[in-house]
Amino acid sequence: MSEPKAHTSANRRLLLQLGVITLAMFGFGYLMVPLYNVFCDITGIRLTDKGSVEQQVANSMQADESRLITVEFISNLNQDLRLEFKPEIHKMQVHPGKAYTVNYFARNTSSKSMIGQAVPNVQPPVASSNFKKTECFCFTNQTFEAGEGRSMPVRFMIDPLLPQRIKTVTLSYTFFDVTDTAMKGATPAQQRSGEQQGS
Amino acid sequence: MSAVMTSEDHHEEHPKGISRWLFTTNHKDIGTLYLVFSLIMFFVGGAMALVIRAELFQPGIQFVDPQFFNSMTTMHALVMIFGVVMPAFTGLANWLIPMMVGGPDMALPRMNNWSFWILPFAFTMLLSTLFMDGGGPAGGWTLYPPLVLQTGAAFPFVIFAIHFMGLSSIMGAINVIATILNMRAPGMTLMKMPLFVWTWLITAYLLIAVMPVLAGSVTMLLTDKFFGTSFFNAAGGGDPVMFQHIFWFFGHPEVYILILPSFGVVSSIIPTFARKPLFGYSSMVYATASIAFLSFIVWAHHMFTVGMPLAGELFFMLATMLIAVPTGVKVFNWVATMWKGSMTFETPMLFSIAFIILFTIGGFSGLMLAITPADFQYHDTYFVVAHFHYVLVPGSIFAIIAAVYFWLPKWTGHMYNETLGKAHFWLSTIFVNLTFFPMHFVGLAGMPRRIPDYNLQFTDYNMMATVGAFGFGLAQIVFVYLVVQTIRGGKKATDQVWEGAEGLEWTLPSPPPYHSFSTAPEIK
Repeated sequence: MSEPKAHTSANRRLLLQLGVITLAMFGFGYLMVPLYNVFCDITGIRLTDKGSVEQQVANSMQADESRLITVEFISNLNQDLRLEFKPEIHKMQVHPGKAYTVNYFARNTSSKSMIGQAVPNVQPPVASSNFKKTECFCFTNQTFEAGEGRSMPVRFMIDPLLPQRIKTVTLSYTFFDVTDTAMKGATPAQQRSGEQQGS
Repeated sequence: MSAVMTSEDHHEEHPKGISRWLFTTNHKDIGTLYLVFSLIMFFVGGAMALVIRAELFQPGIQFVDPQFFNSMTTMHALVMIFGVVMPAFTGLANWLIPMMVGGPDMALPRMNNWSFWILPFAFTMLLSTLFMDGGGPAGGWTLYPPLVLQTGAAFPFVIFAIHFMGLSSIMGAINVIATILNMRAPGMTLMKMPLFVWTWLITAYLLIAVMPVLAGSVTMLLTDKFFGTSFFNAAGGGDPVMFQHIFWFFGHPEVYILILPSFGVVSSIIPTFARKPLFGYSSMVYATASIAFLSFIVWAHHMFTVGMPLAGELFFMLATMLIAVPTGVKVFNWVATMWKGSMTFETPMLFSIAFIILFTIGGFSGLMLAITPADFQYHDTYFVVAHFHYVLVPGSIFAIIAAVYFWLPKWTGHMYNETLGKAHFWLSTIFVNLTFFPMHFVGLAGMPRRIPDYNLQFTDYNMMATVGAFGFGLAQIVFVYLVVQTIRGGKKATDQVWEGAEGLEWTLPSPPPYHSFSTAPEIK
């Protein structure tokens, strides 16, 4: 400690400089929010998710008239459901990139009203990301009074990005009785999304 | 400042009782406070780990409900990182850096007092969340939104606790930099400094660069939840993945903050017990600096699976693998230091050799995780848990324990009980491997982390890990007993303590005077 004064002022100066760096880095944290986007724009790097969604939308605008895909429709019932449930047609030929509508018919053959939920499944599994439903009775619960029957539409389109080797796609629906859970207010799925919105 | 005011006559005078500790500006007192705080937190965080391991002893839900289990994994991480490893290193820095560079005290002693005394408040706040409505934070220590935003009443307390921990470590870091740059004895050039000082200088710069970024990211979470901003809320135009980018920009340098000072510790201990100067001193300095630089450009390897462009995944994979080069330089230098040395195996040396071997295992599993396509399989499995526990427990924690054994005779003036020390070493080393090695296997087989239940086929390895964890925890009681015993008495330690020890701190008496070098020492 030969020159305590010199030490003290040097320490103060350093404290100030490092404090400024600290504050600047705090600001840099916030700056990163716009910077990441700017960086990706300049370098042309886009998140694959965003890019592929835009790509998919662009692709699905153009119908591919040269390709014909066979779509098969299947219906299943879960548990001992007193429900009559079948597709109105069992098979159709479609062009990728074009929208089609088919109807499924369901009738409640029991003497009580019921709430059902259809769960879709696409085979082969690799095709499922290329099978787009824009409207579907499976998006919501379906309520049937005792004896009530009706036709329910599903509007779909097959993405032209569907791998070339796939010639046939099967769409299957399984109907579940969700009367108990639905009567409590919501389906498990809705309960989950409700929790997220609530917090 | 106090060190400056004190004249030779008042050398050993300091307030007695509690006010000595509350108002102290002395680097040794503050170092002791940090180390004791860290030891207490080690047992708090360890108890949480044992809750996790007890629940995972068998599949199914046995002892705790899943929400509490998740808050245990979250709190265990926060306590161990911010309450154990970082304060322990700051404590070592406080005790050792002024003595190693030949200065009288830390450069900013009043701020030093502050930076310690913030910590008990921060951790009281953090731990109190366990008793709040909705329990403690349970979304993982990485605080990913939107999950973390579901935290109940605990949420703002967690955020403010993290702010305080950040403030504390930033102030500690500024103090370390100022001490190293301004308080060195004449003739102590930068390239003559012990490696512990070098690694801490670089660590301190990392701290002031990234702790504010963490503070920023958690502040964004806070305003997202309470003030209607949408940094990470997709419904408002934000992006939850953005949080991960900002968090890991802090998070990756943070893991080097947790390991670089232990490189310094090991670089002091190995030459002492090999009775040879450190092999490749300057390459050690450059390797440390390279690791610090690289740590800023590899953050996204923590998030390979979020859907990054291929170019990004390739860049982060290659940059991550590049870190193996300077780290390899260090490992080979330590091995070369031991080569043909007259080695003896006292407890600090045993812990240091175990550090080199076991840390290298953790480094290798890190390389496996760096391989992007393989990481898609390993991500969020127990393989990751095994990896970072290998670098943190037999890495950082072993180095801290080695440092305590190495310098405890200097601090207290008493030799510790070597037999007990060796017993502590062997128990710790056997049980740490029993705990974490099986996690590699269950991880590769697909057991996910942070889940209180698991499939039957993982049972055997989980039972082994639980037995290991309880054994490791109990072994640390030996350590506490030994430290208390050494503080209270024992064989007098010489000034040099160890035959091969070199450096300014060993020229001071054991224990050293309250103010280290009131007149600057001569540097050869």
